[in-house]
Amino acid sequence: MIHGMLAVYSREMMILRRRLTRQIPSWSVSPLLYLVAFGYAMGRHVAVDGHTYMEFLIPGLVAMASMVQAYGISSEINIARFYWHIFEEIQAAPVSDTAYVAGEVLAGMTRAFLAVCIILVFGFLFGVKQSYPPLFFVAILMNSFVFASLAVAMAMLVKSHADQSLVSNFVITPMAFLGGTFFPLHSLPVWAQKTLYFLPLTHASKAIRAASYGQTPAAVSFAVLAGVGLTFFSMAVFFVSKAKD
Amino acid sequence: MIKIENLSKYYKSLKAVDGLSLHVKPGELFAFLGPNGAGKTTTIRIMTGLTRRTAGSVSLNGIEVGPKSVAARKQCGLVPQAINLDRELSVYENLTIHGRLFRMGRIERKQRIDELLDYVEMGDRKESLIKNLSGGMKRRVMIARALLHSPAILFLDEPTVGLDPAIRRKIWALIKKIQQRGTTVFLTTHYIEEAEFLADRVAFIDKGKIITVDTPRNLMESIGSWAIDRFVDDDMKPQYFASRKEANDFIATQSESFTLRRVNLEDAFLSLTGKKVGKDHS
Ligand SMILES: Nc1ncnc2c1ncn2[C@@H]1O[C@H](COP(=O)(O)OP(=O)(O)OP(=O)(O)O)[C@@H](O)[C@H]1O
Ligand SMILES: [Mg+2]
Repeated sequence: MIHGMLAVYSREMMILRRRLTRQIPSWSVSPLLYLVAFGYAMGRHVAVDGHTYMEFLIPGLVAMASMVQAYGISSEINIARFYWHIFEEIQAAPVSDTAYVAGEVLAGMTRAFLAVCIILVFGFLFGVKQSYPPLFFVAILMNSFVFASLAVAMAMLVKSHADQSLVSNFVITPMAFLGGTFFPLHSLPVWAQKTLYFLPLTHASKAIRAASYGQTPAAVSFAVLAGVGLTFFSMAVFFVSKAKD
Repeated sequence: MIKIENLSKYYKSLKAVDGLSLHVKPGELFAFLGPNGAGKTTTIRIMTGLTRRTAGSVSLNGIEVGPKSVAARKQCGLVPQAINLDRELSVYENLTIHGRLFRMGRIERKQRIDELLDYVEMGDRKESLIKNLSGGMKRRVMIARALLHSPAILFLDEPTVGLDPAIRRKIWALIKKIQQRGTTVFLTTHYIEEAEFLADRVAFIDKGKIITVDTPRNLMESIGSWAIDRFVDDDMKPQYFASRKEANDFIATQSESFTLRRVNLEDAFLSLTGKKVGKDHS
């Protein structure tokens, strides 16, 4: 199990290493734009819950980037499977479905973590005050676990690249904006708050933000992330086994 | 070595493999010859655990094959029909991944990779990226990769499709060499000469069923030794003869002139199934 997982993971890391010089700029662009447009230009005179908007925004961007980048492996896996047929090479190897999913999920979490580091560097350069307690990173890892697992499940389920962007457009992008990333949820009507409470990203951004404010995040947020993450992970394993039609 | 009993695979109502039984002996070079859509790839995918079967059983070296059977997968090396190397990675990296997937230790892995790349004459392209290799080179890398973990059986799904004749012969020589080192080889092809040149035994397969299994020589001799091609109603209708003399006697009775040629596997396939094997059998 560990061997198979590490083999799958090492493949993704070899590819990532070759792409890193292109990846880093692409991971930097969108957080930089959000920081300049919303944080610097618009948010300078806005305070949220006694914090500057920049202090509010960075944890939101961290939550968003860890979701988007972890989910990003979905299209990679999909292309490797249907276009390059690489999935067969792994399927023909003595590697269990669980080990395969674990390796891919770990790769997604690594990507997410690197993207987060870039945002933290920007935060530092913009002179934003943050604290980084261990729970800050735990929340990031759990959030990326949730979405990397969803990514593998979707990559198995979805048959084409077009369907792939359907999922991103209807699930990932709305969640990126509504999951407590850019504005505090308590400014919304109660029914909306209640609905958004069911999104895993809402809990991730709440936990990440609380930790970065130096507070203790709510245990329920971690419980939700763990529950949703394990559900998605099991789904991914199930769909991988189904992929052998 | 390979035991297939009553194997079937249905895609909805389509019978891709239909009650197929087959035994391949240890050390044998066995070829599946059949037209497009005959079920060759599907059979290989089931044997290598990539596809679930609908019914029947497959065992390799006495180990039952199933989608979860890790032990059976260690017995197989697979060179699939489509190139499935990581294009952005180097030859060496591609093989390293394979070695890790098959739990080979670091030292053994490095040694085997160097050995096999020399074996397929790709030793000087170790650091090349896959996307910069030619089709024939990619095939050879795939063969090296499939042999890395020293499988007992090597499955080759149309190993020379799309390659020029010179490279094709080079791959044939390589496949022969692999068999001579004691590996059982199972290959599919729709190139007649490939089966004729390489295989100890050939199975004709069509519509998921095996039509006949025998040595290329027996298959050809079952219809005769010599052939002439006649045009009847705009179609080529070969006629077969047991001996050269018989053929010449026949030609003497005809008003047109014919070219006498040896019977080949295509003739055997044609007379057994009523159709040609491949779209291109040049
Ligand atoms: N995943 C699938 N879903 C539905 N039908 C399939 C699937 N895979 C194969 N088939 C069908 O099964 C039949 C056998 O296909 P297979 O690929 O085994 O043929 P083949 O002998 O390898 O042909 P070729 O020479 O073209 O490679 C074909 O009719 C094909 O369309
Ligand atoms: Mg095929």
